[in-house]
Amino acid sequence: MSDWVAACAAGDIDEEDVMRFDHGGRTFAIYRSPDDEYFATDGLCTHEKVHLADGLVMDDIIECPKHNGRFNYKTGDARGAPVCVNLKTYPVKVDAGKVLVRIR
Amino acid sequence: MSTTPSRRDYSLIGRDAQLAVETGLSAAEWYHTEIPRKQMKELMQRSDGPAIRDTLIWPAALVVSGAGGAWFWGSWWCVPFFFVYGVLYGSSTDSRWHECGHGTAFRTQWMNDAVYQIASFMIMRNPVTWRWSHTRHHTDTIIVGRDPEISVMRPPDLARAVLGFVGVLDAWHAMSDMLRNAAGNISAAEKTFIPEQEQPKAIRIARIWTAIYAATIALALYSGSFLPLMLVGLPRLYGAWHHVMVGLLQHGGLADNVTDHRLNSRTVYMNPISRFIYWNMNYHIEHHMFPMVPYHALPKLHELIKHDLPAPTPSILAGYREMIPAFLRQLRNEDYFLKRELPPTARPYREEFHDGAVAAAAE
Repeated sequence: MSDWVAACAAGDIDEEDVMRFDHGGRTFAIYRSPDDEYFATDGLCTHEKVHLADGLVMDDIIECPKHNGRFNYKTGDARGAPVCVNLKTYPVKVDAGKVLVRIR
Repeated sequence: MSTTPSRRDYSLIGRDAQLAVETGLSAAEWYHTEIPRKQMKELMQRSDGPAIRDTLIWPAALVVSGAGGAWFWGSWWCVPFFFVYGVLYGSSTDSRWHECGHGTAFRTQWMNDAVYQIASFMIMRNPVTWRWSHTRHHTDTIIVGRDPEISVMRPPDLARAVLGFVGVLDAWHAMSDMLRNAAGNISAAEKTFIPEQEQPKAIRIARIWTAIYAATIALALYSGSFLPLMLVGLPRLYGAWHHVMVGLLQHGGLADNVTDHRLNSRTVYMNPISRFIYWNMNYHIEHHMFPMVPYHALPKLHELIKHDLPAPTPSILAGYREMIPAFLRQLRNEDYFLKRELPPTARPYREEFHDGAVAAAAE
């Protein structure tokens, strides 16, 4: 059974931006990079559980809207205070104009 | 019905701290004005340009005023130079520390980090400790027992507030904390907001600073002159007045224990010089509501959301005209505060969260 889930249409997210996606009682953040690639992470900041989709995407960084904590959304790496715990990432593919996320 | 005001426990490990966590007042969801994502993205955009311009002016003015003060040292002509140098050293560093700590001043992160470290030294705030204390300030703004950065507690200690203008108590506490940290001691209160893995960094910085101050004092003793201390250290006292003057207005006399920055923060219109020194933090409701917006975009943000905010205080003087009587009244009734009125265009306060506070304001 496939565990790929359709999150949104590819055009729903602007380049260098992020969008919230809720599924199965969980929340995720779907990113479109400046290079037109798509990525997915857990939707809440590991610092204080704020929705990252309200934050700012700069190159490969997502900045949390509450305390400006930064993560590399491609790898999930925490990039300095106040975030210390990495973000979980998920595989993403685009198929027939839809962004699919493999949720494990 | 009259009530007896209860004394607030501002300790970060005390009764009110525990209560705030138990009741969900800590780490709560705060009110935000609705802004379309497209506009919000534009406002959040980072740029190196404005901060590079301001940062070039800042050290240039420091060097010129400091050199003038040193040149005229021993005559009254040094006073105006040290007046300027002191404000640049002991006040403008407050906003540089603040904005670069948020990482919003520059787009390039190393520039934020560099200015943050320099400004932290000048304003005498351990860059590790204060980064985390300010994080808590944004999570739990003016929540008693949780916010480590409440300038004027209730009932107000007015002598302490006045002494703040010359930085005496701040510098005393900063030096005591620096020496304690340099000795490897992180206090119980500090441990509540500095993660364990960050604590050694706070100690390392404290040791470096202790060495710098020791060298400055040694130079003053060797040269038999106060001049080295007039340039390093003492400006944090004689130049503190501006950052305290504008800083007290941020939350002074307003509500505590609420989850709406429109109730506990103050936006004040200020003159351009103060706004340069303060890096637009006079738009304080806007900053707390949207800390991602860089200082240079706060005036635009203000224009966009002012329909949903209390009327801005028209001047620094007007701010003190409402704040000082509120402080005096809090000496008799510590539950008193200034309730901000919203314009008809604003979304109302969530009174169900603020009923007790509103009643206290009306007394």
